[in-house]
Amino acid sequence: MTSLALGSRGGADDVGAAPGSTAPTATAAASTATAPTASASASAAAAAPATGGPGSVTLALADPDRPPRRPVPKSLRRLLGPALLVAIWQVGSSTGWIREDVLAGPWTVLHTGYSLAADGTLGDNLVISLRRVALGLALGVTVALVLALVSGLFQLGEDLVDAPVQILRAVPILGLVPLAIVWFGIGEEVKVFLVALGTAFPVYINTFAAIRGVDGRFVELAHTVRLGRLGLIRRVVLPGALPGFLVGLRFALTISWLILVVSEQINASSGIGYLMDQARTFGQTDIIVVGLAVYGILGLLSDALVRLLERRTLVWRRGLEAR
Amino acid sequence: MTTAPATTVPTPTATAPAAAAPAATAPQARAGDGASQPAVRVRGVRREFAGREVLAGIDLDIAAGEFVALLGRSGSGKSTLLRILAGLDSDATGQATVPERDAVVFQDPRLLPWARVLDNVQLGLRHRDARARATAALAEVGLGGRERAWPATLSGGEAQRAALARALVRSPGLLLLDEPFGALDALTRIRMHSLLRDLCRRHRPAVLLVTHDVDEAILLADRVAVLTDGRLSLDEPVRLGGARHRADPTFTALRARLLTELGVVDDEASEGDGHQAEYC
Ligand SMILES: Nc1ncnc2c1ncn2[C@@H]1O[C@H](COP(=O)(O)OP(=O)(O)OP(=O)(O)O)[C@@H](O)[C@H]1O
Ligand SMILES: [Mg+2]
Repeated sequence: MTSLALGSRGGADDVGAAPGSTAPTATAAASTATAPTASASASAAAAAPATGGPGSVTLALADPDRPPRRPVPKSLRRLLGPALLVAIWQVGSSTGWIREDVLAGPWTVLHTGYSLAADGTLGDNLVISLRRVALGLALGVTVALVLALVSGLFQLGEDLVDAPVQILRAVPILGLVPLAIVWFGIGEEVKVFLVALGTAFPVYINTFAAIRGVDGRFVELAHTVRLGRLGLIRRVVLPGALPGFLVGLRFALTISWLILVVSEQINASSGIGYLMDQARTFGQTDIIVVGLAVYGILGLLSDALVRLLERRTLVWRRGLEAR
Repeated sequence: MTTAPATTVPTPTATAPAAAAPAATAPQARAGDGASQPAVRVRGVRREFAGREVLAGIDLDIAAGEFVALLGRSGSGKSTLLRILAGLDSDATGQATVPERDAVVFQDPRLLPWARVLDNVQLGLRHRDARARATAALAEVGLGGRERAWPATLSGGEAQRAALARALVRSPGLLLLDEPFGALDALTRIRMHSLLRDLCRRHRPAVLLVTHDVDEAILLADRVAVLTDGRLSLDEPVRLGGARHRADPTFTALRARLLTELGVVDDEASEGDGHQAEYC
């Protein structure tokens, strides 16, 4: 039987203890009582020294009388840096330190953005760009999902699908642009194709890994409750792989914008990228910055969309927090 | 007692590749109906892992409605035997006949985290009234009202009770329990014991309970078996009535015998009643 000897609060050798600290100190020394009766251990505790032993430490805890600090909200603090940057940018433009043909000032950019939106140029091109991304994503994600299921669920599927995909993955997508133009010309197809190709890889890789990572104990369970192959896929594999798929989808969205930017600037007669490329030939840096801002906002929005999707579909993960 | 249609699993001697193809390797055959046939019939079941024989010829019968507790030291092969009976091991050899409808409660609750408690309980059920049955089973284990909870929000004991409900809702002919209460505290365990006793009395499945705990075995089972060196070194009925007390001389005698069989020096039995308090 082991009894712990507890020291009294506030030993004589307390240094740097916060006034008003109430933490009891525990001595590390534990005496071992040999008699197995309860009374023996009680007397051992009573005989313990009244002050903390040489091995005791007093913890410095907060003073309860100190007024709490009011912290600046984090979101507000996070805005400080960007605001400062824009201010410097505006001052630089106004004083002529940043030339208009190098980078238009924020006020000019806002103004241009407004007029582009007002005359419909921005909206029309935005719709075209969005359509390309949406089509490419839909195509790429669908194909990737099917392939991931085939190779994740069947050994033969893995042998046939996984190796080629892993090899193709090594090729930079944008290196395929010349070949894609040869195949599809410079119409809509080539942009959709490139976006689809670029988004398929992250979705495939993450979903495949997630399917293979589904806990084998749940597969056993499925067997004992006679779920059958389809039931196993529907009730265990798919929901188990969903978080991985969503990670892949998030990567895919980021990549889709990246590919769109490049393919619209290389060969296009419409879209945000085209707008920017045209502006380049006339040195209109304000339009270029407007295009950049639009891309940035689109990226943020699509990320928020996936996060919303995650919150909706992965409620079970937040089960404990939700209460 | 009507005999449930039974499934024979004549496990092949040939080495089958351990692919993830459930139930594909073991050819299953219907056994003929016979009123006197036990629910579980195990003959000469062997299992080895990498040349080491863990089960060296197990013979075991469990009558319909009988509660058998299987004891054994850690690593003696209890879980291995249970997994074979659950049809989860296609590499074992020998003969095992089990009721077609069986249910397993694993050592961990094993609830699908992405399915609500009710959906976990009715997982794989194909009856039209599956929902109602699952709700009733949850109420039976004292989880009425928690149907829509996520498994992550359940306490350990609640999760284990949900797992028990998932097994019972199948009205199994054989209930396989692999140390289902091992992770629970002593108080919850006592409550689970009486719950299990009640449920078994009402549903009358054949039960195989794997446990480390000698007291648990004697308290619950009609028969206890001990697995030593790959064989059942002891297999005998528990001659105690409905209400069992640890102070009962028959209890203590059996307890001492089992502990000896398990190779434990029994210096706690002499403490008598004092032991009851620190039972775990
Ligand atoms: N898949 C496996 N591969 C290799 N060895 C295994 C495997 N499964 C079990 N074993 C071995 O078989 C032996 C019996 O394992 P088993 O899980 O049946 O023991 P147990 O009696 O249930 O023990 P415990 O009471 O600790 O759960 C152990 O030595 C274990 O290492
Ligand atoms: Mg085990």
